[in-house]
Amino acid sequence: MLAYILRRLVQAAAVMLAVALVSFMLFRFVGDPLVNMVGQETSLEDIAELRDRLGLNDPIFVQFADFVWRALQGDFGISYRLQLPVSELILSRLPATLELALISGALAFVFGVGFGVYTALNRRGWVSNTIMTVSLIGVSLPTFLIGVLLIWVFAVELQWLPSFGRGDVVDLGWWSTGLLSTSGRASLILPAITLGLYQMTLIMRLVRAQMLEVLRADFIKFAKARGLTNRAINFGHALKNTLVPVITITGLQLGSIIAFAIITETVFQWPGVGALFINSVQTVDVPVMAAYLVLIALVFVVINLIVDLLYYVVDPRLRVDRAAAAS
Amino acid sequence: MTEPPVLSVRDLIVEFPTRRGTLRALDRISFNIRKGEVLGMVGESGAGKSLTGAAIIGLLEPPGRIAGGEVHLRGDRIDSLSPEAMRKVRGRRIGMVFQDPLTSLNPLYTVAQQLVETIRTHDDVTEAAARARAIALLDRVGIPAAARRIDDYPHHFSGGMRQRVVIALALCAEPELVIADEPTTALDVSVQAQIIDLIKEICAERGASVLLITHDMGVIAETADRVAVLYAGRLAELGPVRDVITAAEHPYTQGLMGSIPTLTLESTRLVQIPGAMPRLNEIPTGCAFNPRCQQVFARCRTERPSPIERPGGRQVACWLLSETTAEEAHGGTALEGRGPLPAL
Repeated sequence: MLAYILRRLVQAAAVMLAVALVSFMLFRFVGDPLVNMVGQETSLEDIAELRDRLGLNDPIFVQFADFVWRALQGDFGISYRLQLPVSELILSRLPATLELALISGALAFVFGVGFGVYTALNRRGWVSNTIMTVSLIGVSLPTFLIGVLLIWVFAVELQWLPSFGRGDVVDLGWWSTGLLSTSGRASLILPAITLGLYQMTLIMRLVRAQMLEVLRADFIKFAKARGLTNRAINFGHALKNTLVPVITITGLQLGSIIAFAIITETVFQWPGVGALFINSVQTVDVPVMAAYLVLIALVFVVINLIVDLLYYVVDPRLRVDRAAAAS
Repeated sequence: MTEPPVLSVRDLIVEFPTRRGTLRALDRISFNIRKGEVLGMVGESGAGKSLTGAAIIGLLEPPGRIAGGEVHLRGDRIDSLSPEAMRKVRGRRIGMVFQDPLTSLNPLYTVAQQLVETIRTHDDVTEAAARARAIALLDRVGIPAAARRIDDYPHHFSGGMRQRVVIALALCAEPELVIADEPTTALDVSVQAQIIDLIKEICAERGASVLLITHDMGVIAETADRVAVLYAGRLAELGPVRDVITAAEHPYTQGLMGSIPTLTLESTRLVQIPGAMPRLNEIPTGCAFNPRCQQVFARCRTERPSPIERPGGRQVACWLLSETTAEEAHGGTALEGRGPLPAL
């Protein structure tokens, strides 16, 4: 078990290093950073001095090592556009994105599993057919369109919910939350649905397909032959066996929710890291883009690690196989 | 005579509605199982053996359904019970052992969890009491160091050991009847005999009757008291194992017995029944076996034979044995060379 975790950590470090390299390359390919930093009036000597001071004359791998070393300490440089430390910028925006992503991820998981189980157990009913049809829409409509449609219906026509922003935010020191104010919670509803709808339908269809397969398994037949209650069979025996692939997909989807919050954040003017990233792209704010890339990679790596550990909790067969392989 | 048989199946009909009409998979099957008796059920794949077991325990896969007949468990009719009432019969009064022990157990739960769950579903006992009973049962079915191994997961056990666990699970609520559906087919030959012996012993010990479904005549010969031969969803022959094996009366059973190799020196060619069992939508009128029967005559093609009571508690569904038509069948030659029939 410990050897396995260590191995996974080494792998994760390798992935992060590769991503760091790609991020670092951004600085090279997007043009000379000094052009963005200095004004028209700066003399060539000053530019040369600045170039030297910023370490841009050092060999490339020294610069990369420097970049990684600083990144490890949370230092991604200074935003060209806003002239503020990148880490500070991102940290101030992160709560908005994480709050949105976690809420929509939780909604997607709860409703996805719930609807999936329901439609698998009641395959023929009209409720199931309705859910399946609606889920097709969820899978096929692009996120921005869903967002715009929701705004049109609930914000413009019905005027029930706000169409943009985060509402009133309560500051908890290092974390600012919109969950503690009424307007904050109301503002969260539409973006969370927009962001989570696709994931929910995906999880639902996966759970349904897995569940139908498991329900045909011999051990379910044997469980029935032993006279276990339907409840025990459906939820104790069948659902648990569907969870391994569902956990994988849900984990990966949580990563994508955070990463692809960009679109939803743009549609709803949500003040998160996604919106920050889009603005940075428009102004070629390379340090912010690089930091964002590294951050998203880190999110994926951490989630994957958690997912792998969850397998152990759910499936006892892995415990033995891996332990045997490790020894 | 006063005590009703443990299991009584009367004219059981199982049908599958399909788009091209209804398929009759079991057609008026009748048999009894007495207390402590082992009834073997043989037949080719698709003859309806497993379906009979599934119909009795109420686990027919939809759209399959019981379309006629009755099933009585010690006098109580069980084929028309509500799903919840039938659930309480399953496990508690009828236990079932399936073919493949590798897939019969839930891989995510320990043996202890599965046993305790089953025991506590049927009996109002504490967790600790259920666990103690589970350990005793595992010990009885021959799991070494049962107290320790009970907390292992199914994948820690070999195929034969898993089938022992399956048997423990099927028996843990002390059912009166155990349906064993090909319990050794998926197992190693060396383990098969042990498992069959175990089922026989443990059921005898508890006074449970057994319906042993298999296509292995060797298993039937060693284990069963009586045997029922199914052909195309119909009962062809039923009788004490010795009699049916040594002096089969139905031409199909005769062919079946003739196709079993024996360990004698002379290598005669094994008997082969020409043709194959008909599909359910192509069962001929009259006797289902008539296109393949060597001794077929006119009546076989028009009228379906009902099981005819024969001496020694045997039943044979064949017109050759009917008083009224025996002469018609080529002057009665059909009965020759089949060994002496028990005297009336």
